[in-house]
Amino acid sequence: MRLNAATTVGVLITGLFVLAALFGPWLAPHDPLATSAARALQAPSATHWFGTDQVGRDIFSRVLVAARLDLGIAVAATAIAFTLGLLLGASAGWLGGWTDRAASRVVDTVMAFPLFVLAMGIVAALGNSVVNIVWATAIVNLPFYARVARAEVNVRREAGFVEAARLAGNGSASILFRHLIPNALPPMMVQVSLNLGWAILNAASLSFIGLGVRPPTPEWGIMVSEGAALVLSGQWWAALFPGLALMLAVFGFNLLGDGLRDAVDPRRRT
Amino acid sequence: MMLLALKRVAAALPVLAGVIVVTFILTRMLPGDPAAYFAGQSDSFAAIEETRRAMGLDAPLPVQFWRYIAALAQGDLGRSFSTGRDVTTEILERLPASLELVFVAMLLGAGLAIPLGVWAAVRQGGMVDQVVRVITTAGVSLPAFFTGLMLIFLFYWALEWAPSPIGRLDLFSMPPPRVTGFFLVDAAVAWEWEAWRAAAMQMMLPAISLGLVTLAPIARMTRGAMLAALGSDFVRTARAAGLSPQRVLWRYAFPNAILPVLTTLGMVFSYSLGGAVLVEKVFAWPGVGSFALDALMQLDYAPVQGFVLVLGVLYVVLNLVVDLALLLVDPRIRLEG
Repeated sequence: MRLNAATTVGVLITGLFVLAALFGPWLAPHDPLATSAARALQAPSATHWFGTDQVGRDIFSRVLVAARLDLGIAVAATAIAFTLGLLLGASAGWLGGWTDRAASRVVDTVMAFPLFVLAMGIVAALGNSVVNIVWATAIVNLPFYARVARAEVNVRREAGFVEAARLAGNGSASILFRHLIPNALPPMMVQVSLNLGWAILNAASLSFIGLGVRPPTPEWGIMVSEGAALVLSGQWWAALFPGLALMLAVFGFNLLGDGLRDAVDPRRRT
Repeated sequence: MMLLALKRVAAALPVLAGVIVVTFILTRMLPGDPAAYFAGQSDSFAAIEETRRAMGLDAPLPVQFWRYIAALAQGDLGRSFSTGRDVTTEILERLPASLELVFVAMLLGAGLAIPLGVWAAVRQGGMVDQVVRVITTAGVSLPAFFTGLMLIFLFYWALEWAPSPIGRLDLFSMPPPRVTGFFLVDAAVAWEWEAWRAAAMQMMLPAISLGLVTLAPIARMTRGAMLAALGSDFVRTARAAGLSPQRVLWRYAFPNAILPVLTTLGMVFSYSLGGAVLVEKVFAWPGVGSFALDALMQLDYAPVQGFVLVLGVLYVVLNLVVDLALLLVDPRIRLEG
C-alpha cells in the first residue's frame, strides 16, 4: 500500500497518541494531580513545558495522561457501535422483510437528530458518568455501521458463492457469519477509522459542557473548559495545550481514515 | 409533481413519529424520581405519591405516551422548574438567536467551501487538491469550542479588535424591535445601522468558530459533485463544441454539481445545530443550546427533552424543504418519480 504525504502524517500523529495513551502515566514528568499554590498559573517554562493551571498542576503531564482516557472512550464507543451495528445491519440485510424495515426505521430515526444533541439527551437520561458517555457515543454512531453492514450483506445475498455455500449444506447463520460478514469487514474498518476522530471529539465535547468526566481527572475537554475563564485574562496556556492535543489527535485519525478509505475503495474518494 | 411532493411528505412522517417516540423514551428514562423532585421539601411518602398521581406518573406507559402526544399537539413541552416558565415559550424566544448563528456560520462556511471544492476538482490530484484536502480535514478536526476560545484570545484579548465576547449585543446597544428575532434582519428592517454593526461584531467570532466546522463536508461534496459533472458527456460535448473553459465550468458543470451540495447543506445544518451548543456556551450566546445546557446542569430535564425534540423536528422539516425545493428546481428528479 503506497501512502501519500497526508496519510503518512496521519500515521505519525496517530502513532504518537497511541504511545501517549499506552505509556503516558510513566512518561509524565510530574504528578498530574499534585496541586501547589506556590506554582499556580505559571507560563510555559523549562520545568513546566505547557505551564501550570490555577491550582499549580503541571499541564504537560495532565495532557499526556489524558490521552489514555480520551482515546479509551473513543475506542470503547467505536467498538460497541461496530459490533452492534454489524449485527443489526447484517441481520437486517440478510433476513430482509419485516426485520429490515424495522431496523431501517430505527436507524433513520437516530440519524434524524443532530448527533451531538442526541448524545447530550442520552447522557442526561442514562445519568452523568463516563460509562454513559461511551454508550451515548456508541448509540449515535451505530447507524453508520448498521447502514454499511446492511448494504454489504444485501448486495451479496444472491451471489454465486452464497448459493454454493447453501448447496454445500451450510445453515443460514453459518453463511451469514462465515461468508457474508467477512466480506463486509473492509468497508466497516474504513468506517471505524473515519469514526474514531469524531468519537474523540464527541467525548471531549460532552465533558467540555460538564458531562461525564469529573474534575480533577485529566481529560482534554474538561481541561479546556477549566482554562476557558483564564483566556479572558490572558492566561492562554491552560486552554491552548489540551485543546491542541485534542485537535491534533482528531486530525491524525481523520487523515488516517481518509487514507485508508482511498486505499480500500478509490471510488469513494469524494 | 404534486403526487411526488406528497410522497416526500409522507416519507417524512414515520421519521417524525420516531423522533417523538425517542424523545418520550428519553423522558421516561430519567434518573431519579421526578415525583420526588417536584414534591419539593415535604419528602414524606404520602406527599410523593400525591405528586406522582398529580403528574400522571402512576398511569401505565401507553397512557402516559398518549398524554404526552396530546400535550405536544397543543405545543406543550412541559415546564422548566429552574426558570418556572413554559419550555415552549423559552425555546421559541431563544430559537432565533441559535438559528441566526447557524445561518451566518453556514453562509461563511459555504462561501469559502464551495469555491475551494470547485478549485480542488479542477486541479484534481494536484497540489491544490491536496492542500484543500488538508485544510478541510483540519477544519473538521477543530473542536468549535476550542477555536472559539482561541479566537477570543487573539481578537479580544491580544488585538482588541473584537467586542467583549458575551452575548448577542454589547452593553451599550439596544436590541432592535423584534420582528423575526434575527438581530441582523431586525436592525436592517428598522434602519438601525448602529445596532446592526454592533450585532454583526458580536456575531463574527462565534460564527467563524462554527463556520470552520462546516467547511469540510461542503468542500468535499462540492469537489465530488464537480468531478462527476466535469467527467460527464455533456461537458465533453460542450468542450468539443469549442466553448471556453470558464463557460464550461460555470455555465455547464457548476449548476449540475450544486444540487447534491444543497442536499449536504441540510445535513451540515443539523451538525451545526449540535456544534452551536458548544459555541453558545463559550460566547454566552442566549440561544436554545445554552438554555438546554443550563437546565441540564441543574438536573432540570424538561427543557433538555424539549430541546432535543425541537431540534429533531427542525431537522426533519428542513430536509423535507430541501427535498421539495430540489423537486422544483431539478427536472431530473421529477421525471424519475
